[in-house]
Amino acid sequence: MSGNMNLTLKVWRQKNKNAEGKLVNYQVKDISPDMSFLEMIDVLNEQLIVKGDEPIAFDHDCREGICGMCSLYINGRPHGPKDRITTCQLHMRSFEDGQTITIEPWRAASFPIVKDLAVDRSAFDRIIASGGYVSVNTGNAQDANSLPIGKEDADLSFAAAACIGCGACVAACKNASAMLFVSAKVSQLALLPQGQPERYLRVHNMVAKMDEEGFGNCTNTGACEAECPKGISLSNIARMNRDFFVAGIASDN
Amino acid sequence: MGITGLFLISFLMVHCFLNSLIFINDGGETFNLGAEFMAKNWVIRAMEIVLFGGLLWHIIQAAILTRENIKARPVAYAASNPSANSKWYSRSMGLLGTILLIFLIIHLRHFWVVSRFTDEITSGRETLFNEMKEVFSQLWVVILYCLAMVSLGYHLLHGFKSAFQTLGWNHVKYNAIIEKTGVIISIVLPVLFAAMPIAIYMGLIK
Repeated sequence: MSGNMNLTLKVWRQKNKNAEGKLVNYQVKDISPDMSFLEMIDVLNEQLIVKGDEPIAFDHDCREGICGMCSLYINGRPHGPKDRITTCQLHMRSFEDGQTITIEPWRAASFPIVKDLAVDRSAFDRIIASGGYVSVNTGNAQDANSLPIGKEDADLSFAAAACIGCGACVAACKNASAMLFVSAKVSQLALLPQGQPERYLRVHNMVAKMDEEGFGNCTNTGACEAECPKGISLSNIARMNRDFFVAGIASDN
Repeated sequence: MGITGLFLISFLMVHCFLNSLIFINDGGETFNLGAEFMAKNWVIRAMEIVLFGGLLWHIIQAAILTRENIKARPVAYAASNPSANSKWYSRSMGLLGTILLIFLIIHLRHFWVVSRFTDEITSGRETLFNEMKEVFSQLWVVILYCLAMVSLGYHLLHGFKSAFQTLGWNHVKYNAIIEKTGVIISIVLPVLFAAMPIAIYMGLIK
């Protein structure tokens, strides 16, 4: 088909967590510009399997931009050159015919490489488990307005809850800091009445867990917000800092 | 970093105001009066110790955080395009700060050590204004001070608003004011500071 692309890929190959990895060059031919980036890797993997080579391991699940599983650091940016999308929503028309594309895994001590481009993001799960919940059963949906919540707070909470935990914030941050992720998970509950009883214990525990997992520190470069596929706001980090400060001076934990 | 940073900015403002007294161009009379007041007032003397403490704490924190941050990403990206998502000066605070530290050591040697530990000024035989004229008669000093002020400008451009974000002082109503104040401070302070050696070197301040 005319308009199809030939590309050179430099892909990070690494057998397992402890093995040495390196960038390996691959040529892919006749790629449709309407393919998603992941489908392009599928095509490459089929070629590799036919040749008897090991296919490239990479994370993916829903392929509709909502699960947070796909990652990939593409040509120096998490989720590639476009703003506010996941890699599965990135199409090959965003690239030029004949272009060289470098594909790397998320780089962070807290996200060890499982294989090739797949990293272990369970540090995020452990941070959630340290406090990103409410300890009561909320039951069935109540009558509307039986629990009044300001419209602004509801909107802000919802916006924070849009975080899909993909880890692009950590990947983009020059310090591999997880502040945007943690602040979204803190904020979505801190803004709602159900989150109040555990508000300060939560922020205290989640920040402690974040540090323990070895993520870097926030220097407010804003790279996380710029690369977040869900547009999570830096104001969540300010809210978390505020709550963390209060937790430090005014709560008994 | 935020609290110490804002504290150091408050010092810079006082410092800049007092030194700007040379622009009155009265042969340094008003400036020397100000310098004498600062040298003899015990509150200011006490604050000097707090200031050095704040500066030291700012540097120590920066060193600790930088170490942790390097540890958090042991393997660097082969291809990286950071300018796509952040400003270069926000990522270069350590470098800008190191330039400022080197400048500061030279600057303290030029004025603080001379005014405090040699008896020429303490005995009243010489004034700080004359010392300033002498130091700024050297071209390399003027160039060094100007370069350091460029560093200071970019350091503050990120540092001021970053401090507010770190401290959680963030509100839609005030964010724009914080942002604009930061930009104004990062331009006005370094420009005034740089104008001092330039004006003296060019002989505009008599």
